[in-house]
Amino acid sequence: MEYSTSLALLAPEILVSVSGLVLLLVAAWSGDKSARFISIAAAVVLGGAFALVAPSVCTGAAGPDTVAFGGQFRADAFAGLAKLMIFAASGAALVVAPRFFGRAGAMRAEFPILVLFAALGMSIMVSAADLITLYIGLELNSLSAYVLAAILRDDERSAEAGLKYFVLGGLASGILLFGMSLTYGFAGTTNFGGIAIAVADGLSTGQLFGLTFVLAGLAFKISAAPFHMWTPDVYEGAPTPVTMFFASAPKVAAIALLARVSLEAFGSQSLAWQQIVIFAALLSIVIGALGAIGQQNVKRLLAYSSINNVGFILIGLATGTLAGASAMMVYLAIYVVMTIGSFVAVLLMRDGNGDQVESISDLAGLSTTRPALAWCLMALMFSLAGIPPLFGFWGKFVVFQAAVEADLIALAAIGIAASVIGAFYYIKIVKVMFFDEAVNTVTGKSDTPHWVLLAICALLISPLGYLLIGPLGNLADMAAASLAVAF
Amino acid sequence: MGGFPILSVMLAVPLVGAIACLFLDAKPARMVALAATLINLALGVVLWANYDIGGAQWQFTEYSELFDGFAYALGIDGIALMLIMLSVFLMPICIGASWEAITKRVGEYMAAFLLMEVLMIGVFAAQDIFLFYIFFEAGLIPMYLIIGVWGGQNRIYAAYKFFLYTLLGSVLMLIAMLWMVNAAGTTYIPYLMEYDFPVEAQTWLWLAFFASFAVKMPMWPVHTWLPDAHVQAPTAGSVILAGVLLKLGGYGFIRFSLPMFPDASADFGWLVWGLSMVAVVVTSLIALVQADMKKLIAYSSVAHMAIVTVGLFAFNVQGLEGAMMVMLGHGLVSGALFLCVGIIYDRLHTREISRYGGLAINMPAYAVLFMLFTMAAVGLPGTSNFVGEFLALAGIYQANSWVAFVCTTGIILGAAYMLYLYRRIIFGEQKNADAAAMPDLTIREYLLLGPIAAAVLWMGIYPESFLAPMRADIEVLDARLAAAAPEGDAQLSIGEGAPTEEEHAEGGAH
Repeated sequence: MEYSTSLALLAPEILVSVSGLVLLLVAAWSGDKSARFISIAAAVVLGGAFALVAPSVCTGAAGPDTVAFGGQFRADAFAGLAKLMIFAASGAALVVAPRFFGRAGAMRAEFPILVLFAALGMSIMVSAADLITLYIGLELNSLSAYVLAAILRDDERSAEAGLKYFVLGGLASGILLFGMSLTYGFAGTTNFGGIAIAVADGLSTGQLFGLTFVLAGLAFKISAAPFHMWTPDVYEGAPTPVTMFFASAPKVAAIALLARVSLEAFGSQSLAWQQIVIFAALLSIVIGALGAIGQQNVKRLLAYSSINNVGFILIGLATGTLAGASAMMVYLAIYVVMTIGSFVAVLLMRDGNGDQVESISDLAGLSTTRPALAWCLMALMFSLAGIPPLFGFWGKFVVFQAAVEADLIALAAIGIAASVIGAFYYIKIVKVMFFDEAVNTVTGKSDTPHWVLLAICALLISPLGYLLIGPLGNLADMAAASLAVAF
Repeated sequence: MGGFPILSVMLAVPLVGAIACLFLDAKPARMVALAATLINLALGVVLWANYDIGGAQWQFTEYSELFDGFAYALGIDGIALMLIMLSVFLMPICIGASWEAITKRVGEYMAAFLLMEVLMIGVFAAQDIFLFYIFFEAGLIPMYLIIGVWGGQNRIYAAYKFFLYTLLGSVLMLIAMLWMVNAAGTTYIPYLMEYDFPVEAQTWLWLAFFASFAVKMPMWPVHTWLPDAHVQAPTAGSVILAGVLLKLGGYGFIRFSLPMFPDASADFGWLVWGLSMVAVVVTSLIALVQADMKKLIAYSSVAHMAIVTVGLFAFNVQGLEGAMMVMLGHGLVSGALFLCVGIIYDRLHTREISRYGGLAINMPAYAVLFMLFTMAAVGLPGTSNFVGEFLALAGIYQANSWVAFVCTTGIILGAAYMLYLYRRIIFGEQKNADAAAMPDLTIREYLLLGPIAAAVLWMGIYPESFLAPMRADIEVLDARLAAAAPEGDAQLSIGEGAPTEEEHAEGGAH
């Protein structure tokens, strides 16, 4: 394969990395006063990358034409769809951040650049077709993320979040590397296609260990139980725009990566990893639901909610079918919208001094004091709980449909029954906002960009979202199909 | 009706009204809500007038592949028509009942009610199984808000209980639906009603649907959410809960469980009969000792719904027709009884029975109307409930005479608790001065109770108007069930008859 073709396939990544470097230089010389310009420039760059990726998603790019650098990198429709979500979520983080940090006087020029590099890492992750590429992408993303979590240097909680994330993330990377080296040792290759051939006639014990450690490492990145412990602390401590970023884009990337490793590299041995994924899925649903019940802080609650949602996404993967992969992508797309919406709503919760309000009890009576915010948040909560006619229901619907079609009825029945536990804490927030007496804490002024973003999210998860089922399902089907024609 | 999409319009009118109400002040919101519900009532009358009895099974059908994965398919048969009529008939009355009782957050309240109406009509009109599920499940959101925001003292507990109970019931049904659609390859309800699912699968599917509908119905022992929800909900909330929402369970049985899984329905007949028998006796006895009027009527609803379930699972035409008539009659009567309670609650702000007494003296008109509805609840001939209860019990008698025997005691117990309630409130001493000073019905209250009284009498005296549209559909269902129907223990056959007179005379000569 010619270098020019490979480089052309990498165009979005090249765009993001070159502009990231240029913007870094700009930031280095002009300091924090250029933060605003850099934010806008970074958003434009992400938009450009989005536009570069979009055609491959719409045409369902698949097959050998999408392989770059001798099978290390794949720019197919599956990666493309994940990249679209990643770039959109990163863009949303850039939109909400300046106002948030600006109020604290801590808007730093590094922020948009770190987001850009994290997005770059994630986009490499989802395109990885080789364990080495996978690791490069993962670490590029993680290192940027550690710094992002600690970006509020004066805030103890932020620093604590960054440190926790770093230590536990490093541990997870170690586990992942160990799994990768075992896989390499027993399969003789780091390439997904090569691994698929090596394991085609059954897994050896060494390969099984390798697979298990790789899955454990990735489960940490998507905060699936039982590797979820870091999530609530990091989500609570990190600045809210950063939390929003963590809860959306890296989840997409890591889940897409997990799907590719499972379905491509170990696709022929689905029985081996299916039980691991099923275990993680059900445990995540239950722990995510039970853990959230006692929470007093909205961000911690949303952290458990994200664990809970990852459980449902993993049900799609657990089917081991293309329909399951497609359902997973649909769920992810809806999940990203719901997450961004919820965190933007959290960002809009400010008291009279403009300080962030994060306690659930401060939301009491929000429906009388700030009706628009309360109604949007209510729609988001019911949507996260998966109650129709809100769009969140559709995500659960497709995932369970895939599970039923794959004859995993027991998994589907247990999963959906456990979702009722989760509904409890979502409706608790609605209860606090609508049934309780107003405390009138949330009085701060709101910013227009936040409102616009919240309105877009609310509109997408409203029943109007159902009109998107067709196109979204189509894209997800094409993306999943591109996994099938891997090699 | 040509190509006029009347069902979609009936969904759109309250939806637009609901959105408008959200942005309006109290006064205009009330007017908009009343206007929207009255328009829908008028549309409902048009719908009924144009329903072709004896025509196609599914009428007013609309079909659009608006969504991928399921279709926007609407259409009604006679059963759905009658339940839609019940909904659109009760809705303006609910709005009227809340006219003065609701003073805070009126716009949101009216919006929630109009949304409720959209969803109820949608449930009855949906012809796509997933569309049905969406409407069915979405009803939780407005009802949760209605109970939680405008309810009584213990409203939050009641709202949680209502929401989680019914959600847990429904989610398993979703899995069953997914399985059915996967097996049958269609989401279109009329096709699914004719599809023969494997018998062993039917068992599981039936149980999953039963989990949902039994909670909605509600059947003993999963009825406990109902008294809480009723007591805490505002008057109009109770009316809509008893009048229409409880009918969703019965509708589910008649639309899904029976035609789609006839064999499993027959196999589980004993379960339904057993639970219904317990429900009739136990909840009637519980109703007898209630000190709270609303709770009493709530428990009586559970007992009445048990008559519906035995009628449905009698597997014959009388039983099915009776079940439908009880649903319609109970919708009207229990709605009216909750209104009656609401009327005196608005004056004295207590639902405690012992606080009232001798209201016949200061509220004679109220006493007369309350008497009519009490008698209807008891099942007096000439009122709506008599027709339904008689048919349902006649139906179950053919299937199992013991079940019929136990369930008939429900009528006696029903008379006991209703007449006891009536005596304590309307007759006797005027114990409290404030209760004795309550004014009689206002014009608004006449307008609320009058139409229901007329409908109750109409249904009791000439039930043919209501039975005629449903007859063909119930016969189709009966034919579907015929193969699976269990053999009754009371197979009546005409005996030899008495000997003729000559033989008699001969015999006498010996």
